[in-house]
Amino acid sequence: MADYLSLFIKAVFIENLALAFFLGMCTFLAVSKKISTAIGLGVAVMVVQAITVPANNFIYHKLLKEDALVWMGIEGVDLSFLALLSCIGVIAALVQILEMVLDKFFPALYHALGVFLPLITVNCAILGGSLFMIERDYTFNESVVYGVGSGFGWALAITVMAGVREKLKYSDIPKGLEGLGITFITAGLMSLGFMAFSGIQL
Amino acid sequence: MSAVINSETKKVLVTPLINENPITLQVLGICSALAVTSQMSTSLIMAVALTSVTACSSAAISTIRNHIPSSIRIIVQMTIIASLVIVVDQILKAFAYDISKQLSVFVGLIITNCIVMGRAEAYAMKNPPLQSFMDGIGNGLGYSLILVIVAFFRELFGSGKLLGIEIFQLTKDGGWYDPNGLMLLPPSAFFIIGMIIWVFRQWKPVQREEADFKIMEIAHGEGGHH
Repeated sequence: MADYLSLFIKAVFIENLALAFFLGMCTFLAVSKKISTAIGLGVAVMVVQAITVPANNFIYHKLLKEDALVWMGIEGVDLSFLALLSCIGVIAALVQILEMVLDKFFPALYHALGVFLPLITVNCAILGGSLFMIERDYTFNESVVYGVGSGFGWALAITVMAGVREKLKYSDIPKGLEGLGITFITAGLMSLGFMAFSGIQL
Repeated sequence: MSAVINSETKKVLVTPLINENPITLQVLGICSALAVTSQMSTSLIMAVALTSVTACSSAAISTIRNHIPSSIRIIVQMTIIASLVIVVDQILKAFAYDISKQLSVFVGLIITNCIVMGRAEAYAMKNPPLQSFMDGIGNGLGYSLILVIVAFFRELFGSGKLLGIEIFQLTKDGGWYDPNGLMLLPPSAFFIIGMIIWVFRQWKPVQREEADFKIMEIAHGEGGHH
């Protein structure tokens, strides 16, 4: 249990996908102008991440990894080079299914999150989460914790960023630094803050 | 050749470098980029990988652009891009194993890099293959330019080296330069990009963004209305 907690804290703070690995930056900068939209996108990322990372983990361990096909009686096959293609395919398919399920059964939620779902397919944070999971060879349970944790970390980062930017628009910023420039510098300062968590061992 | 390399081709090759740089102006493709910039060698490899993927995928998509049904075009583009990235990834693993270990997941993340997808969607779907190829190279180079500038500062001030060759002698080796450890950490990449954008926009005021709220000028009595 303590292992999972430690993995969760690490995924949220120390190895924050947005601020330590720069993943999902395009959306992170584009959709962080208002807190409400930022929270919506953050929750959507978290949900998708919590579904896709374990799903990719399952597929990787049962189909693609070296000798993973032993259960089918096939030995000596290594399909791990297909991991990239299968990850992105799984993500695109799952996002599409999630969109349909939400539309059918949870219309209210669909209206809140629906607009963000197509954006998420090409979000580097989602694919990055799955690729990190493969690289670090997480077990299925670990991948569930990592998926939720990394999604939560990203959601936290974009919400905080939106909060800062809402205040920032009233400030007097030098010409040329306005907009994108100051946003980058703010992200840098936030990243510094998150770095303070490194070294924490649970 | 002179008939082929006409002014349009030249334009698509050159404008993405400064005037329409995908990173500083369109905020595309920074995702996977910054994490590899703590060293020049990794960022150069990353730049080459991204440029070749963008160029080849643009050319490939442009070749079949009239045959892709528009309802499934995203998935077709994605498959082409992903296949090219797998090729690049396998080549790196075969010939530059150490660097591919350092780049870790970031080569794979070229798939979701917004520049590749953006150029496929915005340019390659409407233009012939050769021009799309050049457009891909131009945008790839625009990205590479920013990546190399960031890596230059981070490696030089973070470890006193460039491409692994010592430029500043470090104090621990009896030299004079005390390395700035912050430069090797993620925040510095944000700061440097912010600064680059500032310099670009100071130099080319057209690229500036309008402020949401203007600060009112308060008229002073002195020196003005006599």
